[in-house]
Amino acid sequence: MYSFDPTDEQQMLIDAIQRYAINDLRAKAHDADEEGELPPSLIEKGWELGFLQASIPEQYGGFGERSAVTGVLAAEEMAYGDMAGTLAVMVPGLFALPISMVGSEAQKNEFLPKIAEAEWMPYTAAIIEPHFDFDPNALWTIAKLDGDGYIISGEKTYVPFAPEAEALLIYAQLDGQTQGFIVKKATPGLEIVERQKTLGLYSLPIYKVNLKDVRIPKENRLGGVEGHDFAPLLASMQLALAAVAIGMSRAALDYAIEYAKDREVFGVKVAQKQAIAFMLAEMATEIEAIRLLTWEAAWMMDTGKPEAINHAYLSWTGTIDMAMMVTDRAVQTLGGHGYIREHPVELWMRNGRGIAMLNGLAII
Amino acid sequence: MIEFETPKPIQMANTALETVAINMMRTKSRYFDEHEHEIPWDYINFMHMAMRQTGAGSLAPEEKKKETPDGKERPRIGYQQLAFMLEMLSWGDTGMYLVTPGGGLGAAAVEAAGTPEQKLKFLARFRTEKPTFGAMAMTESNAGSDTASIRATAVLDKEKNEWILNGEKIFVTAGHKSLMESDGFVVVWASIDTSAGRAGMRSFVVPAKTPGVTVSKLEHKLGIRASDTASIVLQDARVPFDHILGSTEVIKEPTTKGFKGAMATFDATRPLVAAMAIGVARAALETLKEMLESQGVELRYGLPRQKMTAIEREVIDMEVLLRSAWLLVIKAVWMADNRRANSKEASMCKLRAGDIVTKITQRTVEILGPLGFSREYLLEKWFRDAKISDIYEGTGQINRLVVARQILGYSGRDLR
Repeated sequence: MYSFDPTDEQQMLIDAIQRYAINDLRAKAHDADEEGELPPSLIEKGWELGFLQASIPEQYGGFGERSAVTGVLAAEEMAYGDMAGTLAVMVPGLFALPISMVGSEAQKNEFLPKIAEAEWMPYTAAIIEPHFDFDPNALWTIAKLDGDGYIISGEKTYVPFAPEAEALLIYAQLDGQTQGFIVKKATPGLEIVERQKTLGLYSLPIYKVNLKDVRIPKENRLGGVEGHDFAPLLASMQLALAAVAIGMSRAALDYAIEYAKDREVFGVKVAQKQAIAFMLAEMATEIEAIRLLTWEAAWMMDTGKPEAINHAYLSWTGTIDMAMMVTDRAVQTLGGHGYIREHPVELWMRNGRGIAMLNGLAII
Repeated sequence: MIEFETPKPIQMANTALETVAINMMRTKSRYFDEHEHEIPWDYINFMHMAMRQTGAGSLAPEEKKKETPDGKERPRIGYQQLAFMLEMLSWGDTGMYLVTPGGGLGAAAVEAAGTPEQKLKFLARFRTEKPTFGAMAMTESNAGSDTASIRATAVLDKEKNEWILNGEKIFVTAGHKSLMESDGFVVVWASIDTSAGRAGMRSFVVPAKTPGVTVSKLEHKLGIRASDTASIVLQDARVPFDHILGSTEVIKEPTTKGFKGAMATFDATRPLVAAMAIGVARAALETLKEMLESQGVELRYGLPRQKMTAIEREVIDMEVLLRSAWLLVIKAVWMADNRRANSKEASMCKLRAGDIVTKITQRTVEILGPLGFSREYLLEKWFRDAKISDIYEGTGQINRLVVARQILGYSGRDLR
């Protein structure tokens, strides 16, 4: 059967996240962007919503079971408030969810209870690399088997909260496959370089990380000595970023609608002009279409459909254009005012461009 | 719970419909495209027989919920079934789908606006032995989307208790088959009070063989050439009093309820027209992929855009457009099945489907170069067939207007 209604539990989660997104994330987004910093108490509060904990099974200290549909709904709603804040809240998940999904029993036991029970802890992950054709399936960072361990070398960028991280999940190419490796703080050869400045996400602290012959024990390979399948992880990253893009685009549309209904031109509201009204109608249609595509891919993942992998990719691809189209038009709807940093639409437009290249900065 | 599982009965029906599409439609697509106004009777007779047996195909599915053996009500899926059926048959050939016998938009209008007695009286003819057609006549030469400007009139002859209809209608899909090739009917929109604008609008069932009704012209079109598009002249055409659709109250009061009846029909039919567009788009995209493969072009999935070839990027973008537009259709018909107000979703899926089918069919012809442009293949035909999806049952612009009003909370007066 088809159904487009979230469950009651999902709706309760959406409502709780929505309050946080609007009252906390959105309220602080402008100042955080200007100052280049998210207040720690803000992230802490998002963490306390317990969304990651609800994706970790009870036996490892969590209180739930991962659902891609729930994850997409939650990420979407949080990003309605602010994308940088949402990514910040999701950072421990970049480390914990892959372990929960494909990690070895030892890895689950070592890390999941710690993360589930702790205060917000910056465990993080490094996947993105500083070259134009960065491709998660063809990484330049290389891992090699060497005796009883692996040696990893390469360059990573856009690693959130890297200096504070207790451990990083670092993705590297091993015999042509992308694999995750758990690298603990202060491992020799691991160098946290400077913070990166980007087009958007000013408030999210992201770092360049270099790896020079970083040696880790064999069992630190994600999934243990046998390794893991990377495809479901990448699909979860793509779905998460897609959901973030949808939430942000919904925010931009709503803001543009509100503005257009308020702003007078030629004796009417600017929304009463078809040139504006049609833009808004197209934005709404675009969002709804790509949102359903993303929901379907998440549902496919939850029900174990093999085509989930490809559909997650299609969803993310769709959100690249959606985010740019919607946020650009939101700025356009506000005209000159849209270009001024007093309104959030220019921030959303800058962040919107990131959907194409920030794969790996979110996971559900 | 959010779910995207195609219901079992629909999956089963789809397999059968695909066989029809491949064997009875694709094989005849070119012939009926090149022989405009010839009628594909083989397809029509087959579909009539098949639909009589299964009861499928009415544009307005039954109201009642069916019960399972344990007494629970099954969820309604009638509109979903239709959307899948129309998608598949349009994947076969959308022009030929349009000549599928049954009530068409005429029956849909009776279902949406008629009383229970009228439904019984008018819809029975579609279940008889001979293929029978129904049509809706709204557009006039000076009134397309602007339906309030309709000039056709209906005057009540109180002595005989009959309506006298006068006017000329154009662009009546299946108008000729409804009036001349079967004992069908056309639902004609006319004004009972030309000074009242929309409030004067009513719809009338005008059966075949009604004196004073003639088909004056069959259009020659860019595409969907298997489907007849008729002009109909009404000259003192008389129909009995009860052929005016709706309750007596609706008939007498000078309100826009009659007009709203027409618009309610659109909420049900727009997603179905969108489903047809999706079928054409899928046909084009699948054919493109097959032809590229046979030419030795490999399509790689999962790459970042910077690493794709131009063709890979085009194809993957088209897949996104196609699937996401189809899901909009499903949501709109799911809402219709669940009796939820779906004007916004109906217009969204209609405008999106119109956009993507024109884009996809135009791009597929371009990508295949001389092969795309050639009449040896069907891609150029689908390019022509596609465009109507962005026009009939409300142009893309009208649907943008509907969506805009909905999201802005505006009336027709606020946003003209």
